[in-house]
Amino acid sequence: MSAAPQLVAVLALAAAWLAIGAAGLAALHRFHFVARVLFPAGGVVALLLAAAALPALWGTPQAAVLPIGLPGLPFHFRLDGLSAFFLVVLGATAAGVSLFSAGYFRQSEGTAPGLLCLQYHVFLAAMALVVLADDAYAFMVMWETMALASFFLVISNHRIAEIRRAGYLYLLIAHIGALGILLCFGVLQANTGDYSFANMRAQHLSPFWASVAFLLALLGFGAKAGLVPLHVWLPEAHPAAPSPVSALMSGVMLKTAVYGFLRVAYDLLPVQLWWWGVLVLALGLASAVLGVVFAAVQTDMKRLLAWSSIENIGLIFAGIGLALLFAAYRMPAVAALALTAALYHVASHAFFKALLFLATGAVLHATSERSLGRLGGLLRVMPWVGWACLLGVLASAGLPPLGGFVSEWLLLQSFLFTPGLPNAFLNMLVPAVAAVIALVAALAGYTMVKFYGVIFLGQHREDKLAAAHDAGSWERLGMVWLMAGCVALGLFPVQGIELLAPVTELLVGARLPDSGSSWLLVPVAAERASYGPLIFFAGVAASFGLAYVLVRRLYHGRLRRAAPWDCGFPWQTARMQDTAEGFGQPVRQIFEPLFRMRRDLPTAFDARPRYAVEVGDHFWHWLYLPLARLVESAARVIGTLQRGRIAIYLLYSFATVIAVLIWVTR
Amino acid sequence: MSALGLASQALEIVAALAAAPLLLGWVGQCRAWLQNRTAPGLLQPYRVLHKLFNKDSVLAANASPLFRTAPYVIFGCMTLACGIVPTLSTDLPLSPAADAIALVGLFALARVFAALAAMDVGTAFGSLGARREMLVGFLAEPALLMVFFTAALISNSTSLTSIVRTLSAQEIGIQPSLALAAVALIMVALAENARVPVDNPATHLELTMVHEALILEYSGRHLALIEWAAALKLFAYACIGMALFAPWGVAHAQSPAALLTAAPVLVAKLAATGFLLALLETLSAKMRIFRVPEFLGMAFMLAVIAMLVRLLLGAGAQ
Repeated sequence: MSAAPQLVAVLALAAAWLAIGAAGLAALHRFHFVARVLFPAGGVVALLLAAAALPALWGTPQAAVLPIGLPGLPFHFRLDGLSAFFLVVLGATAAGVSLFSAGYFRQSEGTAPGLLCLQYHVFLAAMALVVLADDAYAFMVMWETMALASFFLVISNHRIAEIRRAGYLYLLIAHIGALGILLCFGVLQANTGDYSFANMRAQHLSPFWASVAFLLALLGFGAKAGLVPLHVWLPEAHPAAPSPVSALMSGVMLKTAVYGFLRVAYDLLPVQLWWWGVLVLALGLASAVLGVVFAAVQTDMKRLLAWSSIENIGLIFAGIGLALLFAAYRMPAVAALALTAALYHVASHAFFKALLFLATGAVLHATSERSLGRLGGLLRVMPWVGWACLLGVLASAGLPPLGGFVSEWLLLQSFLFTPGLPNAFLNMLVPAVAAVIALVAALAGYTMVKFYGVIFLGQHREDKLAAAHDAGSWERLGMVWLMAGCVALGLFPVQGIELLAPVTELLVGARLPDSGSSWLLVPVAAERASYGPLIFFAGVAASFGLAYVLVRRLYHGRLRRAAPWDCGFPWQTARMQDTAEGFGQPVRQIFEPLFRMRRDLPTAFDARPRYAVEVGDHFWHWLYLPLARLVESAARVIGTLQRGRIAIYLLYSFATVIAVLIWVTR
Repeated sequence: MSALGLASQALEIVAALAAAPLLLGWVGQCRAWLQNRTAPGLLQPYRVLHKLFNKDSVLAANASPLFRTAPYVIFGCMTLACGIVPTLSTDLPLSPAADAIALVGLFALARVFAALAAMDVGTAFGSLGARREMLVGFLAEPALLMVFFTAALISNSTSLTSIVRTLSAQEIGIQPSLALAAVALIMVALAENARVPVDNPATHLELTMVHEALILEYSGRHLALIEWAAALKLFAYACIGMALFAPWGVAHAQSPAALLTAAPVLVAKLAATGFLLALLETLSAKMRIFRVPEFLGMAFMLAVIAMLVRLLLGAGAQ
């Protein structure tokens, strides 16, 4: 076993998570022990996990077989660059979330603290093991453990019917996805009966069967990741779950689906076909557009973030699709660029989305409000959460010099290289797609301004908000850690990409060129494009500082406070501020065909004028409800067999026996 | 990174800071001429800035530190933007740090801060302005990016200095893709700089304003910084237009003599651009805010078509 030091360490740390979970179960109602000892311990384990997986990025793949599980079916584990990268993201994100959780969970969450601790740590360990699994059996066991643990976490406040419904929807779609993945592995093993990934890599599937496996993987992992049209569970499950759980699900769990998809598409499948890339690109873009447009019109802060996750997953898949396209046409250098963009976004999205979800958690605890219409002005009463959230918002809006911008920049760069494709049609199509990406990025800025402005800026929309308390020290610690991640990813992209190089080498056989300097990011060649966030940041900061000093020196620093300008109308109230609905109005109008809207407009003669708007998702009405009706009517037809009388059931048995006899003796 | 490069970089930023209010004054002057009015004088923007800097800043009682920080951030962003766009020389040490996409990001950063600051006080006007500004922004930003991409496809680079070098080396003639992109850029520039027909810089009529609503709560030095930053933004957009569609006269060689000849060319081009802007503003009427999405949507479409035309014709020429 000494040949695989990192793998052993990572497995041991996953076991440590399980042990912490078990300890939580033993201390079921000892709240302080669970919150102040077990959760921070889980955070430390997460940090160690990231540190242990880091060297494995550059090392040779390490494998181990553990004789647990069914007899004759041991678990295979393997740690290579791809797994190591996702483990680092998992560990680094989970560390911040666990520290936050130490101060977050309260007695009244509905589930006993010890049980919550068990579910939480089993969830973490399962995600780590999914990434490590090296045979279909271990993968599916861990995948299902992950799905079930997260399901129980989602419904931890299970006394509310709406939350149970959300959890059920999540479980349902998770299992449709799992079915797809299972069938995909069935195709991949090519009738050999050997379900280890090593065997799957060795098979040479025909293009038809490879495509079948690919489509099944896309269905399965797409359902988990929240790709259109299987995205409907995300906006339901995220608001239902406790905020640290939402942070983990959005920041890390969606990424395990990205991992699984990359594993199948690049590692297990022998070839890549160009139309796979087009399909993934199209689905990714559809998710990105739909996600951001719906995020812009939401009025529930966690639902808004859930839609924004759909957008970000869409961008990640767009990058993967582009990389598939380039890989299929044997252009490894550009494929590496697109894949780097996608993977970089995996990391930066993990940090900023976890940070944003944690901030909403702190707001939720301080105000017990989730609706944007009843928040406002929280920056003044919750400065820690407010400033942390501002950083997350800027990163999420894809603004320089933070992490979100780097991945966006790389993605747009990779689109500019499409003129090298040998297919003239794609040559035309793909740059036009860059326009969609640009639109999504700009809309993300709009959405994030709405999100931040309505929650943290302006006046309190409710009186009780003035009494809101800031986050505690554990929560601050967790958020500061994630903030540091956002900043580091933004300012040091060269070093970040250094971590990705082994992964792209592994998947597409190329890496980004060495720019020769540690501060300048160069995707292909320095004269084509380069970006140096440190200089960029220094430039803005220098002119900021210089302007500040000069204004003070040459003029003065006098300041007076006065009431805000009321336009001569002194009866202003906090309710006259722009609301979340108001902020969403332009987007509702411009992208009207994308929504299913029901508006109640007041007339001029209403005694009590009331305006209400309800924004629905077309997919519910076009896909899910017809499907549900179909299932119901089929069930009704089959239900006629059930008469509830013993004589009729005996008749069925008799008929079956006769039929079998005829069949056998024929 | 040569000493001369550093010098030309510094010269560019200082020139932009000094000349940006003058450009604003020139546009006002041209507008007045075209509309048969007496102009306030070329130096009026400087007088306004001086006056505002000398005044006390009056802050709303509930304004947070974000509100006070934002003007400096916006000013910093616009200064850097003027430093990135090649106006006098293509030998700019800052150029490798920020390409065209980063420039668009820089504008977005300034816009987000302006919108957040406007929402900070929590008056109806501020948030209305913020919403409208972000609306203009999310439509204009992708269009601007597509204009840059059209140029980037021609020069095979997103670095602004490489774009200028490639474009100025081409023989003078109209490229269809660039012509379309130029129209798109003009539309975007009008919207982004709060000019007629999207916004009216001279109005304080409440229902029509976008940019003025955004900065309604600012006064004193903060307002001065924002006004100066707005002038810098106009300057930067004018320079982007010139860099993409009239890139001649920018110094490529590393010599002080080339810089000296570049300066008068820049002044002449800026004067022409300013006159064109005043002409456009005089000839068009302010449109309703609901029409702005159509206007900017058209700019976006034009820019995308420009890129596709480039791909079609570019593929044919190879």
